[in-house]
Amino acid sequence: MAPNISPLVIFIASIFTSNMVLANFLGMCSYLAISSEYKTASGLGKAVTLVLIITNVANWAIYHYVIEPLGLEYLQYIIFIMVIAAIVQILELFMDRYMPDLHANLGVFLPLITVNCAILGATLFQVIRNYSFLQTLLFNLGSGIGWWMAIIMLAAIREKMGKAKLPPGLAGPGIAFLITGIMALAFVGFSGIFPVQ
Amino acid sequence: MADLKVVARNQITKENQVLRQILGICSSLAVTNLMMNSLVMGLGVAFVTGLSSFTISLLNKLIPQRIRMLIQTFVIAFYVILVNLFLQAYMPDISKQLGPYVGLIITNCIIMGRAEAFAAQNPPLPALVDGFFSGIGYLLVLLVISFIREFLGFGTLFGIDLGLNFTRWTLMVMPPAAFFVIAILIWFTSARTIKAEQKERSS
Repeated sequence: MAPNISPLVIFIASIFTSNMVLANFLGMCSYLAISSEYKTASGLGKAVTLVLIITNVANWAIYHYVIEPLGLEYLQYIIFIMVIAAIVQILELFMDRYMPDLHANLGVFLPLITVNCAILGATLFQVIRNYSFLQTLLFNLGSGIGWWMAIIMLAAIREKMGKAKLPPGLAGPGIAFLITGIMALAFVGFSGIFPVQ
Repeated sequence: MADLKVVARNQITKENQVLRQILGICSSLAVTNLMMNSLVMGLGVAFVTGLSSFTISLLNKLIPQRIRMLIQTFVIAFYVILVNLFLQAYMPDISKQLGPYVGLIITNCIIMGRAEAFAAQNPPLPALVDGFFSGIGYLLVLLVISFIREFLGFGTLFGIDLGLNFTRWTLMVMPPAAFFVIAILIWFTSARTIKAEQKERSS
């Protein structure tokens, strides 16, 4: 049985109270690596949102109509990761053919996203929490928007920080973690809004 | 076999995957509020990295270049499934607490990174050592972070109450603290590396 939580609550909670990056630490690798420029960061954020929604709706269907009826739960990791890789590949081909503008913007990020743990993480969360279809859809939309918001905030701050003089050793990942920590601290303030998750 | 020793030591110190290469961050932040979880997670990662590097190195000549990544992912997923089944069978509580993060070992960049950077060009035995010790390096970092967080946040170590009477620093078990602790660790290690490099250059 799906948990009795309004999908809208899940949507807002996955942006603010259980943000992918700031509360669940998912997708950190690309979050740190591609956050030195606002424009690219924003492109990656949009691509992650798109892939999250498409792949995880597909994964939801596969889990409920293939894995569960056949009792293949022990194989779910392999199946999920295959679905993610396949959909990302198809999406890239499709965008290349029919939406060249969008492909020029987001195309370079797509292969990177296959190994972004935010995607698989969201899949596993929705399976563990047993979300219904509508809950899954809004959870992934919210997670994507939350991830996008976090990465553009970090990128915007890092762009401004480019001119600042930092102590040796702190520049690069060190300061990025500190900034993220402060952002996470601010997001803890949201946690009182919803009692869920 | 001095060579293997060097490989093993480098993975723990100089080339530590978490602090020097900034890989495998997701899980190092998420599971470090309790030392027990970190220990189990770290051992799981060491097991998967070691054996998947070993297997990939064995299969090296058989894998066609084009589908290399795909096969690597399958191998990694296979070992992660073993770890997951083991945890579900023998440590159901910890398995529940780690939740999706066990499955996320598949997308842990350390494992793919070692497979690509080391196992693909080296014979099976060094690959096994390299993979396993990169996992141990990861485990050690996790234990340091979780020691700080669990001690200050709960006043316990491995779940054992130390009987110390101080106000618990609740923030330490919440997500922001994970970022702060790892930031300070990275700052410390890179500052030391920079200093060591300067010394080398001047002498």
